[in-house]
Amino acid sequence: MPIVSFAPQLQRHVPCPSQRVTATTLGAALREAFVAAPALERYVLDEQGHVRKHVAVFLNNEMIASRRDLTQPVAHEDVIMVIQALSGG
Amino acid sequence: MIASRKGLFTASRNAGGGVWRVTSHHFHGEPITQVLADPRDGTWYAALRLGHFGVKMQRSTDRGLTWTEIPAPALPTKPTEGPWAGDETPWAVDLVWSLAAGGANEPKTLWAGCMPAGLFRSQDGGDSWQLMDSLWLDERRKGWMGGGNDHPGLHAICVDPRDSRHVTVAISCGGVWSTQDAGANWQLLGKGMHAPYMPPEAGNDPNIQDVHAMASCATSPDVMWAQHHAGTYRSTDGGANWSRTTAPMPTDFGFTIVADPVNPLRAWVVPAQADTHRYAIAGAMCVMRTDDGGKSWTAFRDGLPQLFAYHLVYRHGLALAPDRSTMAMGSTTGGAWISEDAGESWTALDAQLPPIAAIAWAK
Repeated sequence: MPIVSFAPQLQRHVPCPSQRVTATTLGAALREAFVAAPALERYVLDEQGHVRKHVAVFLNNEMIASRRDLTQPVAHEDVIMVIQALSGG
Repeated sequence: MIASRKGLFTASRNAGGGVWRVTSHHFHGEPITQVLADPRDGTWYAALRLGHFGVKMQRSTDRGLTWTEIPAPALPTKPTEGPWAGDETPWAVDLVWSLAAGGANEPKTLWAGCMPAGLFRSQDGGDSWQLMDSLWLDERRKGWMGGGNDHPGLHAICVDPRDSRHVTVAISCGGVWSTQDAGANWQLLGKGMHAPYMPPEAGNDPNIQDVHAMASCATSPDVMWAQHHAGTYRSTDGGANWSRTTAPMPTDFGFTIVADPVNPLRAWVVPAQADTHRYAIAGAMCVMRTDDGGKSWTAFRDGLPQLFAYHLVYRHGLALAPDRSTMAMGSTTGGAWISEDAGESWTALDAQLPPIAAIAWAK
């Protein structure tokens, strides 16, 4: 099952441990992870379900290309990391 | 209460007098865009704009000892067809720009104005928020502009003390709007305002006016004041018609305007050098007050920096306490001052604060 983990900067606001999920797409995996910490969803996604512009989602060490299209498949041992994007100087 | 780029501060002084001091710091490092101390029950509300994680709301029922995150206003899913499918404005709240308590007869009602310019109402003390669809889906919203921001924002909310269903709001740049039925229907007001920087045929269009701030006189709510991008205005009919006041010397550009809650002839502004400069005129700060309905203005400088002072006071950066004499002011460069004589003289708070977005008084 894919693993979803959230950066410490996010957990400073809403604690949510790394967890294995059964979902088979990226968007579904995130939403499954949010079940454990519902308040986290609005920290990662905006009202339209898009990844916030200063949040970065990595799938196996590669940043996802689209903030809007989260339909890409995720496989058994995939690792999904949600971090705050670096911004500013 | 001082809402700053790096957290919410409170300042106070001992009961009996003494020096005003910063006394607490909340939400260390987080941008606070608005704060409200509800005069009906003492609850504090803070709007946060987290750099990475979006708009959040916090509530405290014990004067800031503890805070609880509550839902933030959120826009609905953008339609994929119909007249709003191509809306250029993002359907995502970027900041909460204004917070207002509802009337005394509706103790749990709150109003929140946002950027983009959505207006939300809560009827349960912030546990949930409802978008005023009637305003958000008004076709005239497509004519609004962002002014100095990427998108238009709703920054002023005046609830009529005589009738809490009567609410008047101001938008930059989208003019003055009013509802008589708690948001079911909206009227575009603002006749008399003029935007000289627009094409001539559009300069008087109420729908594009860049109202920087708006306030009403609590005991004479038909008297309203506006600091416009191009002048200060006063209305005596609830915002339907506006007259430009005599220009405060030497400019009537600025962001904030504060109305006296009892004297309908008294208001305060903090002029700035227009409009590409946006700092104290010639680097010398002053607060200006009119006591005659805007016919004349007096500049007060006592206690304010007069040399190389490049402060700008934002639209919510000047606040009058309920005693109608004590005032607090904060600037974009972190200066903060207190006046105890209705703005005639000022004392600097002994603190080097982050940029200040808003100031509010709490009991």
